[in-house]
Amino acid sequence: MAITTPRSIEKLLTYIPGFDHITSGGLPKYRTTLVSGSAGSAKTIFAAQFLAAGIINAREKGIFLTFEESPDDIRSNLFSMGWDIETWEREGKWTFIDASLRPEEDPIISGNYDLGALLARIKYAVETYGADRISLDSLDSLFSRFSDRGTVRREMFRIVSALKKMQITAVMTAERDQEYGVISRYGVEEFVADNVIILRNALDAEKRRRTVEVLKFRGTIHKKGEHPFTVVPGAGLVVIAPSAIELTQQSLADRVTAGNDELDVMCGGGFFRDSVILVSGTTGTGKTLFTTEFIAGGLNSGERTLLFAYEESREQILRNISGLKGHFEEKEKEGKLKVVYQYPEVMSLEEHLISIKAMITEFKPGRIALDSISALQRVGAPKGFHEFVIGLAALLKTEQITGLFTSTTPALVGLSSVSEAHISPMTDTIILLRHVELNGQMRRALTMLKMRGSAHDSNIREFFIDASGLHIDKPFRNVKGILSGNSIQISPLELHE
Amino acid sequence: MSKYLLKLFITGQTLRSAQAITNLNRICEKELAGMDCQVTIIDVLERPQLAEEEKILATPTLIRELPLPVRRIIGDLSDTKQVLLGLELPPQSAKRREQ
Repeated sequence: MAITTPRSIEKLLTYIPGFDHITSGGLPKYRTTLVSGSAGSAKTIFAAQFLAAGIINAREKGIFLTFEESPDDIRSNLFSMGWDIETWEREGKWTFIDASLRPEEDPIISGNYDLGALLARIKYAVETYGADRISLDSLDSLFSRFSDRGTVRREMFRIVSALKKMQITAVMTAERDQEYGVISRYGVEEFVADNVIILRNALDAEKRRRTVEVLKFRGTIHKKGEHPFTVVPGAGLVVIAPSAIELTQQSLADRVTAGNDELDVMCGGGFFRDSVILVSGTTGTGKTLFTTEFIAGGLNSGERTLLFAYEESREQILRNISGLKGHFEEKEKEGKLKVVYQYPEVMSLEEHLISIKAMITEFKPGRIALDSISALQRVGAPKGFHEFVIGLAALLKTEQITGLFTSTTPALVGLSSVSEAHISPMTDTIILLRHVELNGQMRRALTMLKMRGSAHDSNIREFFIDASGLHIDKPFRNVKGILSGNSIQISPLELHE
Repeated sequence: MSKYLLKLFITGQTLRSAQAITNLNRICEKELAGMDCQVTIIDVLERPQLAEEEKILATPTLIRELPLPVRRIIGDLSDTKQVLLGLELPPQSAKRREQ
């Protein structure tokens, strides 16, 4: 008996950002992949981007077979994605096969039929214009027009086989009624069951959250689970795949200044270059001052610095640092410093991440500061926020950027917030700033909760803010319970026991 | 006397194509007797560009181009009642009763 060794299935890079990572190299080549999703889950955009990205990145030609929208609608709807389909059509790179239902037409059925004409038209388009990729959008319209579902299924199976024979990689979209449950309304997966991708647009804590999942890729590997994505005007679908970069990060041992001499000493010689630092404190403890000192430290050592401000405008920030105002403005003019002010609510977390990414690519900073990351938490559900933090931390590590995030703790004294539970595992260094009530006075305390891979001062130190900045003083020696918010003075007698 | 211009799209020389042609001929002889009836048969395997121009998906498809409006009937035309409905012709039995 002959033993056949299974041939590994080749993949075709889609060039849809992030998608090739979660699919471990793209879609199975010369196969048909079913893309199923509820209404409004961006199926048509996916189908069109599959062709557009092939044209832009790989000079691969595409055929768009539309069962639902007219080619005119598709051309104008997708123009905002930055795809000039009309020009591509003129250049012979994009071909429409129009199988959309014409309004004047409601054909009468008499006896048996097949979809031989459709197959003939596909073959004709392939022979005339050539095609590496084809998108079929969406099958539901076909099923609703032809009542004999058995025939439609059999005929679609015939078309899928023909595409394979013609060596074309295909994407076929279908609608599903629920985000979780039956794969598609008409059981389309039964004849293209080898590869299934699910697009979701689910409500999570009153926020819309788009995700993509590779449900199955027969005979080839892929990443499991749901991956968030967003639809960006001018770019289309962007899949956020944090694990894309997590594993490749290498830790650098060189140190950079925190912008404060005393703090540098506490850290054992400054922050690590590719580390992420979280500064957590209640309102008024000096987080923003911490941020400006961090920025000044970067600028003074010649690093390009990027500040994302989510709470205060550029003018407010400059006003608050009157001493450094001139210095910062000068550095902005030199192009060494860039302050990006954004109101958190203007976009979704995925879009924030993409915009930060784009800014980093453009500005190439050595360090970035985010004031505050807790303001961004308002925008998304906890799960989305968690993914945002992972994605951002991973990005900074790959690009070897020092990142400082501030986080506002709701309670004036004591305990930390829920958002920190999401942030802290991703950070290398955590600095807590707290108010301490002592002898009828509000004083400020600072401590380094952790610093990965380095010896550091673990005392709870008092600090002061004056016109020249932030000064770290001696440790609180005769007080306990500062972090729990119940500071109790210990008598000197007790200390000597 | 109205002129009938009919186009029948088929895919290859299959049993279904043959049935559609037979059924169409029978209907022309019986239901359109005495009328100026012109039938063109188009095989989409030979002339796919015509299927593209007419945006045809299913075969067999019968298009009534004249008299206007244009009507389409999908299938092998075995259900005569449906074909007559599509062609907007009263059934032959009804006509006989009128006479």
